[in-house]
Amino acid sequence: MKKYPVIFLGCLLLSFAAIPLFGGDYGIDWMTKTIIFGIFALSLELLVGRTGLVCFGQAAFFGIGAYATVIFSTDVAQPLVAFLLPISVLLAALYALFVGALSLRTKGVYFIMVTLAFAQMAYYVIHDTPIGGGTDGIYLYVKPNLPGNISLNSSLNFYLFTVFILFSVLGLLGLITRSRFGRALLGIKLNEQRMKATGYNTYFYKLAAFVISGAIAGLAGFLFAVKDGYVNPELLSWHQSGAVLIMIILGGLGHLRGALIGAFAYNLLEEFFRSEAIFGVFTKHWHLGLGIAIILCVALLPKGLIGLPSLWQNKLVGKTAETPDDNDQVSSSGSGH
Amino acid sequence: MDFFTFLIQTLNSVQYGLLLFLVAAGLTLIFGIMGVINLAHGSFYMIGAYLAYGLAPIVTGMFGGGFITTMLFGLVVSILLGYFLEWAFYSYLYQRDHLQQVLMTYGLILVFEEVRSILVGDDVHGVQMPDWLSGSIQLNDVMTYPTYRVFISGMCLLLAVGMYIVLTRTKLGMMIRAGSVNREMTQSLGINIQFLYRVVFASGVAIAAFAGMVAAPVSSVYPGMGQGILIICFVVVVIGGIGSIKGAFVAALLIGFVDTFGKVFLPQIAGVLVYILMAVILLWKPSGLFKAGS
Repeated sequence: MKKYPVIFLGCLLLSFAAIPLFGGDYGIDWMTKTIIFGIFALSLELLVGRTGLVCFGQAAFFGIGAYATVIFSTDVAQPLVAFLLPISVLLAALYALFVGALSLRTKGVYFIMVTLAFAQMAYYVIHDTPIGGGTDGIYLYVKPNLPGNISLNSSLNFYLFTVFILFSVLGLLGLITRSRFGRALLGIKLNEQRMKATGYNTYFYKLAAFVISGAIAGLAGFLFAVKDGYVNPELLSWHQSGAVLIMIILGGLGHLRGALIGAFAYNLLEEFFRSEAIFGVFTKHWHLGLGIAIILCVALLPKGLIGLPSLWQNKLVGKTAETPDDNDQVSSSGSGH
Repeated sequence: MDFFTFLIQTLNSVQYGLLLFLVAAGLTLIFGIMGVINLAHGSFYMIGAYLAYGLAPIVTGMFGGGFITTMLFGLVVSILLGYFLEWAFYSYLYQRDHLQQVLMTYGLILVFEEVRSILVGDDVHGVQMPDWLSGSIQLNDVMTYPTYRVFISGMCLLLAVGMYIVLTRTKLGMMIRAGSVNREMTQSLGINIQFLYRVVFASGVAIAAFAGMVAAPVSSVYPGMGQGILIICFVVVVIGGIGSIKGAFVAALLIGFVDTFGKVFLPQIAGVLVYILMAVILLWKPSGLFKAGS
């Protein structure tokens, strides 16, 4: 019986229910933001954790989704989710198809850099041309309506909608993991040569994963644009790609919940080191605390936060050997190229 | 474009390219030999520039100043820093996979940037250039070229030649080249690989810091200066072929020319040009222009 995913889902549901009751407006806002980054992180987890492709340009798809949302709602009186959501996801997926088709010809560190290069291209196109409003960014004045004229203006409505999207994405990725397609991706991660020899056209499997991942990142971008009502080129910058990569490594690769835990931990750490009550004037330098926390995580938790329970268990029982954890797949730490 | 404008832009390209080469050389050596993806390498460039800014008044107070003296002090500090960082952080990363290295060195970037912000603040500062280099060279009746930029190119070239001699003509260079080709074999031949790593890392840090110091009077020192150069240097390393010093040299000059002339001829898309160049080269040669070890 898989123990940890069930515990995790329980905790997730509990905290989602608790936030509107006890968190107030600030809590809802924080949780919404964190869930959006969770979805963004999940999109990258499909590539890095499941397929072994380290993409360093994920922010491009996120940013394209966000920009599409704002650009396509400027000329309409009341924008609709039913139109904006598909169009932003589609545009992000199209760019992912273009980037993936070319960059999947390279491998390893070269792949990391080519994806970064394509993301930087998108960044400069948005940054230097008038279509995206240049460095100033653009505002989304009217928030879109859900079908049935439900407004996303209310933060509670938007929060519930975000939670719904998160579970849809989790469900989709769970299905993919269990499908033949997902098994093939895992095979590619573990040994691409052998998969090729078995008769798989690995290029198209990787491309499909890349496009799905880009589409989900675009979805997260859509949510982000609606939440903030403002987009700027920084959404596509490499810092953003770096931050989301940090989230999934921090959480632990190879598990869907790792990406979510990572996104939560990252945002919690940020919230913690920025809180004036604890650090006073020092909050200006909150990056210092975050950096030290990240370094400590690497030193003490080589498997990410997700390895914490098994580490703890080993300590209690006094074993040196690893307990076989609840992995629904083969050992997860061997990511890379 | 007349001849002298062309000449000026060519000199600028060479100067920028050589500067990139110094930072990229350390990056590619550290990756090629130790297998560590060092995101914090741009920070060493930043630290060098801030050393030039911060040490100048101290050195003036103690020894009556001197640009060269300041640089020598900066070099000593950066070698010590590199030695310490390798011992305290990087030596733990060799056995980890690349993503762990990315995570830790990203953490180090944040720490370096914030410590810089605490110590020096977030303002842009100028760095005084020495009087004997502040003049300019007369090209024709109207156009001149600053002497200091020629000095930068000269220093970088000198260092590049020095690096070439050390790597190809000395015993240490032989050990480094051997280590980059086959780590275990080198170790089994009785070479102290741990010491070798520490030397390579410290010199990588010192060279990047030197690039920062020598560039500081032209570029001035400002927050985030390390991260801009980091990404460009990764582009250089990847175009040149990871681990190849020769490749880094060719790629750095290529980037220098494309970037400088791109800003002159195609200012609208100058930012993208470098990345387009990299994508095209990698699609043509998926592992860079030069294979490692060559």
